[in-house]
Amino acid sequence: MSTEPVLRLENITKKFGNFTALHGIDLDIPEGEFLTIVGPSGSGKTTLIRILVGMDEPTDGAIWLRGQRIERMPANKRPTCMVFQSLALFPHRTVGQNIEFPLKIRGVKLAERKARAMELLDLLHLPQDYYTKRITQCSGGERQRVALARALAFDPEILFFDEPLSALDYRLRKTLEKELKDLHHRTGKTFVYITHSLEEAMVMSDRIAIMKEGRFEQIDVADQIYARPVSNFVARFMGEVNLFEIEGAANNTLHGHGVEVHINGEAADLGIKLDQGKRGTLMVRPEFVQFMEVGATSDFVVHGIMREEYALGSRMQYDIEAADGSRLTVEKLREDRFLGQVGDKVVLGWDVEHAHLIEET
Amino acid sequence: MERIEARHGLFAATPVVVVLILSFVAPLIVIALFSIMPQKVFSVLNMPDFSAYKTLLSEAYYKSLLWSLWMAFVSTVILFLISWPLAFGMAKVFRRFTLIITIAVVMTLFVSENIRLFGWVLTLMKGGLIEGHLRALTGVGFDGLLYNVPVIIFGLVYVYFPFMLFPLAQGISMIPDDARQAATDLGASRWQVLMEIDIPLAAPGIVVGSLLSFVLAAGALAESKLLGGQTVIVIADEVETAFTYGQDWPLGSALSIVLISIIGGLAIYGVSRVNLDEIMGRKR
Repeated sequence: MSTEPVLRLENITKKFGNFTALHGIDLDIPEGEFLTIVGPSGSGKTTLIRILVGMDEPTDGAIWLRGQRIERMPANKRPTCMVFQSLALFPHRTVGQNIEFPLKIRGVKLAERKARAMELLDLLHLPQDYYTKRITQCSGGERQRVALARALAFDPEILFFDEPLSALDYRLRKTLEKELKDLHHRTGKTFVYITHSLEEAMVMSDRIAIMKEGRFEQIDVADQIYARPVSNFVARFMGEVNLFEIEGAANNTLHGHGVEVHINGEAADLGIKLDQGKRGTLMVRPEFVQFMEVGATSDFVVHGIMREEYALGSRMQYDIEAADGSRLTVEKLREDRFLGQVGDKVVLGWDVEHAHLIEET
Repeated sequence: MERIEARHGLFAATPVVVVLILSFVAPLIVIALFSIMPQKVFSVLNMPDFSAYKTLLSEAYYKSLLWSLWMAFVSTVILFLISWPLAFGMAKVFRRFTLIITIAVVMTLFVSENIRLFGWVLTLMKGGLIEGHLRALTGVGFDGLLYNVPVIIFGLVYVYFPFMLFPLAQGISMIPDDARQAATDLGASRWQVLMEIDIPLAAPGIVVGSLLSFVLAAGALAESKLLGGQTVIVIADEVETAFTYGQDWPLGSALSIVLISIIGGLAIYGVSRVNLDEIMGRKR
């Protein structure tokens, strides 16, 4: 990496009594990145962000902000700030006073504060007459923008987000996700966002860190995490997926477990390789599984029966029961939909470039 | 549905309304009528002449009134300052220990105010617990700690402590924790969090606690009599004297009306400044 990271975590560990919430987290965040930390509840992501903003101290480890050690520095001394899950707007203050709060704390004069608040209202597409509005008069989406404006008024080195969109309805959330990404481009600030929603992470982030039981399972760009997950956990967490247990057999070939996986050709040719006797998981995303014409061939083949069809808007999803009783998920665009009926026998196939091997560790 | 509930509400309030009219409004009207009667009459069926108010203005009753209001003000300020840390702890920090404090403070109310004050008299008087021990141990004595203005204020603070503490704790518990955390995160020092977040958001509790303490302290009698001796004469003392020793009901009534007007005005002003629904838990 050419430039020094804006934030570096070294071996961040947090213990609550006998329970270890974070197991020595290491992470470098480059300047201007939009990093999203995703994990199910209890994965330690909230503990981590509390430590990052200074609301909690790590049991062990170091945090470096542009070369300065900050892990014991109280929150009000750190040049970072956070948008809270609850937004934590001040109910007794107007929109303008909320936005100006960090400037008032620094002793900035009223005229200057007001000018900055007006700029921020513009930046967040809020009308200027909102300056005198009460927080209680604002809608959920407007409050979101006020909270963002307040955080930007602080002019933080890094802006942290603790699932601020989780309480909003679906459509508003989608709109704000895109606005947030846009805001990231326009401000050039480093954003660190935590969420349990993968969709949110995929839409907005430069990189995604998947967290599980106090460790990072994988940190990568969204495409890589989606196509090349390092574990079954990540594969499942990143949406619908078909997983098959496989084992390395003699002559570099693969042997399928659970479902009948026909592999045409040598395993070595496919670029997927397991040592003999070693187990792994073969992954294929539902949109890459094809309904095979009679006589057609493919690298991997599964025989099954169509059990159910679901309409997902622009796509159709199919639930297919394989010969051994396990279930597969297939997704097709509406225009490519399956023309048979529920109960029909089907042959599914996909080629190796769409398959990914997760090796057991 | 809502109309039925509204009628039920009125119906349920009837007993309290009747009691309030009989025990609160009616005596107030009698007092108001007596205050405009000629001096030293014992019936309201005389020609009103407002002479009691003239007496009130011509004599030095304003001194008693000012003493009462001043001591009530000082004791309320002291009460606020000493109650805040404990109330904050009860609302935000202590968790289960809060219950123990609550019970301990409420228990003091089980013993009559006068008995508790006599306890302090025995403690503070010359030859009492403090001075007596000091003299016995060192041979040097002093005049005792009673009969001055600070000891009266101490008595007011001591007696009206629960009336400040509990509303304050209730007010502080309404401050959202995340607002405090966000303020800190945005760079506010502890002092700035206190001034910008805690005090404005706890305002309903502060107003209720201060009004209760102030109103009770302004009308207090026992503290100045028992602890203060004849140091100052408070307005409640003057009212009592007028009604009993002085046998001048109109004068006593006029003094009461003046006191009630001042305190009532203050209470209405204070209550109008904050949203009481919030602290009373009404849903909007």
